[in-house]
Amino acid sequence: MQAATTNDRVLLITGTRKGIGKYLAEYYLGQGNRVIGCSRGPSSIEHDYYRHFQLDVTDEPEVVEMFRSISNTEDRLDVLINNAGIASMNHLLLTPVKAVQNILATNFVGTFLLCREAAKVMKRRQFGRIVNFTSVATPLKLEGEAVYAASKAAVVSFTQITAKELAPFKITVNAIGPTPIQTDLIRSVAPEKIEKIIKAQPIQRLGEMKDVANVVDFFIQPASDFITGQVIYLGGV
Amino acid sequence: MRAWESGVIGANLNEQIERAISRAIDDLNLQLPEDSKVEKSPDAVLFGKNGQLDSLGLVSFIVEVERNVEEELGVSIILADERALSQQNSPFMSLKSLEKYVALLIKEDASSHHK
Repeated sequence: MQAATTNDRVLLITGTRKGIGKYLAEYYLGQGNRVIGCSRGPSSIEHDYYRHFQLDVTDEPEVVEMFRSISNTEDRLDVLINNAGIASMNHLLLTPVKAVQNILATNFVGTFLLCREAAKVMKRRQFGRIVNFTSVATPLKLEGEAVYAASKAAVVSFTQITAKELAPFKITVNAIGPTPIQTDLIRSVAPEKIEKIIKAQPIQRLGEMKDVANVVDFFIQPASDFITGQVIYLGGV
Repeated sequence: MRAWESGVIGANLNEQIERAISRAIDDLNLQLPEDSKVEKSPDAVLFGKNGQLDSLGLVSFIVEVERNVEEELGVSIILADERALSQQNSPFMSLKSLEKYVALLIKEDASSHHK
């Protein structure tokens, strides 16, 4: 199956109400692509080619219903960008189990559900690009981020194994691991903590949205059909 | 409209299931070489020893059957759940056993909505 050109694709991006997800949705809409977004809150994007689903990515019936609706209205799904995620920083001894369940549910179970349903749709056309989100918190092994880093480590393993399972269907699965970027996700993190993370990066600066878009562009471009199971961390980590 | 709302469960159910499965085989056969096309005979072994499908073929087939059942009957079923995988006689052994299992799942879905 021929890949769609780079301005005529159908992309599904999770967590599009704010932050990186919103940036990526507007970035790909700006190129003329059709974008389907979702978040727990209402849409914050107004665009003729944008369609929003208000849902929780951990809710299986809601996610399945979204894909049913996508299958009914779109002729294909080219790209899934699994951006939705939550963070929480706590010492192990001060971490409530509810926080652990929430982080694993959104960061891992959500990624799993979206991948499974997207792959069912992509498989029909024997073409698909999936980009998952991990974090530099995993390789940097940062104190205070045990649960968040573990949830993102799960995404790495999941990405590498599903890349093998979906390769026969010509679906690639890769992951990006951003450094801290100025978004709500790190708003509550102490500045000295962010400074410490940046000091651990070979390239010592905050990440920017365009750094993420650059890596996603690489993973989803038609020429990347021989790239799967890879993880690219920003900042040289 | 769901299957039980339109009263299709009963006489038409088996026909619709058969059609859903048959379409899945047609789709699968489009991707298979001439000498390994899946036979539509009810007793032909689908998966397992002497089965017509390898594990990847079975995965593809199950996904297509789930989708076609939803299109035909408006019922969303999960075929490869823990129960199916733990049954002594796998529902994926033959087309006949698969049809029976799909009918069971649809009836269970209908009764759970009537409660």
